[in-house]
Amino acid sequence: MLEIKGLRASAGEKEILTGIDLTVKAGEVHAIMGPNGSGKSTLAQVLAGHPAYAVTAGTVTFQGQDLLDMEPEERAQAGVFLAFQYPVEIAGVTNAYFLRAAYNAIRKARGEEELDPIDFLDRLEEKLAVVEWGPEIMQRAVNGGFSGGEKKRNEILQMAVLEPALAILDETDSGLDIDALRIVAKGVNALRRPDRATILVTHYQRLLNYIVPDFVHVLSEGRIVRSGGKELALELEARGYEWLTGQTEGAVA
Amino acid sequence: MSSPVESLVNREYKWGFVTDIEADTVPKGLNEDVVRLISAKKQEPEFLLEWRLKAYRGWLKMSEPHWPNVSYPPIDYQDAIYYSAPVTKAPLGSLDEVDPKLLETYTKLGIPLTEQKILSGVAVDAIFDSVSVGTSYKKALGEMGIIFCSFSEAVREHPELVRKYLGSVVPASDNYFAALNSAVFSDGSFVYIPKGVRCPMDLSTYFRINAQNTGQFERTLIIADEGASVSYLEGCTAPKRDENQLHAAVVELIALDGASIKYSTVQNWYAGDEQGRGGIYNFVTKRGKAFRGSKISWTQVETGSAITWKYPSVILQGDDSVGEFYSVAVVNNHQQADTGTKMIHLGKNTRSTIVSKGISAGQGNNSYRGQVKVMPKAAGARNYTQCDSMLIGNRCGAHTFPYIDVQNPTASVEHEASTSKIGEDQIFYCKQRGLNTENAISMIVNGFCKEVFKELPMEFAVEAQKLLGVSLEGSVG
Repeated sequence: MLEIKGLRASAGEKEILTGIDLTVKAGEVHAIMGPNGSGKSTLAQVLAGHPAYAVTAGTVTFQGQDLLDMEPEERAQAGVFLAFQYPVEIAGVTNAYFLRAAYNAIRKARGEEELDPIDFLDRLEEKLAVVEWGPEIMQRAVNGGFSGGEKKRNEILQMAVLEPALAILDETDSGLDIDALRIVAKGVNALRRPDRATILVTHYQRLLNYIVPDFVHVLSEGRIVRSGGKELALELEARGYEWLTGQTEGAVA
Repeated sequence: MSSPVESLVNREYKWGFVTDIEADTVPKGLNEDVVRLISAKKQEPEFLLEWRLKAYRGWLKMSEPHWPNVSYPPIDYQDAIYYSAPVTKAPLGSLDEVDPKLLETYTKLGIPLTEQKILSGVAVDAIFDSVSVGTSYKKALGEMGIIFCSFSEAVREHPELVRKYLGSVVPASDNYFAALNSAVFSDGSFVYIPKGVRCPMDLSTYFRINAQNTGQFERTLIIADEGASVSYLEGCTAPKRDENQLHAAVVELIALDGASIKYSTVQNWYAGDEQGRGGIYNFVTKRGKAFRGSKISWTQVETGSAITWKYPSVILQGDDSVGEFYSVAVVNNHQQADTGTKMIHLGKNTRSTIVSKGISAGQGNNSYRGQVKVMPKAAGARNYTQCDSMLIGNRCGAHTFPYIDVQNPTASVEHEASTSKIGEDQIFYCKQRGLNTENAISMIVNGFCKEVFKELPMEFAVEAQKLLGVSLEGSVG
């Protein structure tokens, strides 16, 4: 589904990704771990097409298409979803309006019929149950006055509604209490299907107790330094990152 | 930011066409004879001619105000034509008698003057250049004692009302442009709602400048008698022109005891091209006088004109009266806007609310200028002002000039202001969800303006949102 080869990217003068190779097949869940500053979030942002980063080398193929050649909205329309680490607020625009606009923009791009507000509401109610929310939340402004946990839950709700082929979760677990973490995990697990894939970017092993990955990759200084199965995450929990990165870094648990 | 917002702002003016109609015009220039000629053509009573002449003589002694934060080349007032009316053979009794070309123009503008509009419950008094061409729904309104007609007709049919209220809120000597308007105004709208009557539908007027080189001097007078209420909609679109055109209108609102007037404007005059050539100079005086327990509410969405100079205001004369001002002003390319309001608290326990949203894109310059004045007798007066600016790109400007003058110790005045810039992160977030840049900006901007849009009647709110999208096309990169 996703094939990354020799990907290098920089922000301004600073090179952050120094050569990423990664293949993600449909049905798989990959965890990208690593210490702060290793380039985990940058990788997520580059895949989504954030304009702050310049790709300097490498290729990214998504379902046969050249992802790097696509606008961010084209990537989204093709089925790439990024759950943001810091979701932005949009004053005066309700969650319901925003989500329907996004949903219909994607449907339209795919030549599908747009849903009217009534039909969309039916779909929304079903997805709200996934994140254990009532309908009230939909009348609030997008992330307006949301707590950190609510923002993350809102990202999961958007993901559940948009049903992307590839979901990239950028530190969605950070700052969550145990209940919120459980809800986020439930949302991700509900989306697992043989034709979809997930990339979890996380600093901590904790999330992986709830979402069991097929593969775990450790990033250091913009490269993958170790890949393995889910047991690698447990090893990181026990030993920290320094044995892989040669740097001193806090516990992984 | 470079091109997405920029291309959004650069859409061509859709309504730039000229209707080819024989016009009855007076010679270029302005002098007492022209004022007399206008008055004579309109067969006005003596008192009105005298009023015009007095205004004209006053105007001669005044000078053009240059305190607004706008700049433009000097206006040659002798180079304009002060009266132009479509030639009609006889007074029009119904829409069927209206020149089909006029109706065609309205259709192009998307103004459903006939069936659709009537079905949707809006009575339309359409202004084509300076003379009113058709007033619908008049009969039904007439049965309730409501007068909704052109200003000229009001002068003929209800001279006592005109005489009593004309200039009672905006005296001819008020300012340079009001004086000019008072001398040469051609036509406009007149509304009278009798005691205790709630006008059952929104009253709507569309203005349109047509003949080349014709200054447009509209005069609107709305009177809501005791306990009456009315909602009035004003919409403007003008055809494309290369030279600037002066539009100096005067609107006076009178809300007698316990009455309520809601006045909504969507202004989309031609704004000039990307280089700042052409466009309307919109120098307007709008003011209301609120008597005891009454309420006057201004809502405006200003997306057009090369220069906007406009401060819809409320004189809160009666105790417990309420004044409101909700405004969205958008400038793009080389547009300039200096707009805001004045809330003058005279009565006890008077309340006013000001919500102003300024959006600047391209090289546009947007200034909010507002005055809140609490006079010594206005015990318990309250004002809340919220003034937000949004910048799109980095060549535009936003300015705020609040003037607060409180002369009563029991008054309370609050002022909040914010400036924000449409962020790359906000746009990226929307794009990541599948929305293109244009839709992302439109959504963010509409969200920013929501508090104002919700004050507009439904159909106007929809139009305003669309206009906003059009005016900002090409503004984000």
